[in-house]
Amino acid sequence: MMSTSNTGFDSGNVNVSASAEELEVLQTSVASALTRHAYGEHALFSIRLAIEEAVMNAIRHGNLSDPAKTVEARWSVGAESATFHIIDQGEGFDPAAVPDPTLDENLEIPSGRGLMLIRAYMHEVRHHGLGNHLEMTFRREAVA
Amino acid sequence: MASETPRLRCSSQGSVLVVEFADRDVLDDVAIRQINSELVRQIEAAKTVHVLICFRGVEHLSSAALGTLITVNSLVKKRSGQLRLSNIKGTILEVFRITKLDRLFQIHDTSEQALAAFPKS
Repeated sequence: MMSTSNTGFDSGNVNVSASAEELEVLQTSVASALTRHAYGEHALFSIRLAIEEAVMNAIRHGNLSDPAKTVEARWSVGAESATFHIIDQGEGFDPAAVPDPTLDENLEIPSGRGLMLIRAYMHEVRHHGLGNHLEMTFRREAVA
Repeated sequence: MASETPRLRCSSQGSVLVVEFADRDVLDDVAIRQINSELVRQIEAAKTVHVLICFRGVEHLSSAALGTLITVNSLVKKRSGQLRLSNIKGTILEVFRITKLDRLFQIHDTSEQALAAFPKS
């Protein structure tokens, strides 16, 4: 579902299960809103990547790929910033306990880079509750 | 001789298996699982030991795709070969730099430069 408010924000809400189509619906809706607000190519790249990583982490590590569980994705795009809430139905986790994938000893481990990419590409990243609610914001003025 | 698969285009150039992606986005789990199994199958069936993965046309890449590259790198090394990457667009190259995987992989601007850097058999 997607709507445009009279405050100049576009917003939407998609429930994603394990289906690639639902994630694509989310990505397409967000990309349309970002384009409407004249965000640049690098912003679109950054946000697409962060959404992909956040939703896939929520499906894999949060919902443990249980097809009966869904991930709620809420988003809001305005002229200055774009904010996303990705909420899974899992037990949560401690973000501080995630190993640093850039350390030499972890470099050849195939997984564990999603959260660091989210932190690298978004300007604010917060975990709410038990860790199963991720809020991330991209600020347009922060782009050089 | 070249062979076509849904997700990859593979061909042999001398002692090197050259792989290109058919899709511009290497993001979603299903596609990456297919790419992973196709790559492993192609490498295990290949008479060549070295592998070049050319990213020409690829616009997006997720951390799951990076995981596949790491798995392929280990497989190629086990066969005493080398994996090299080429033609990586600037935005994607940034992903390699952020994750420090530019230290793990041999990355070249063009496939010609990458092919020239493999050991001559």
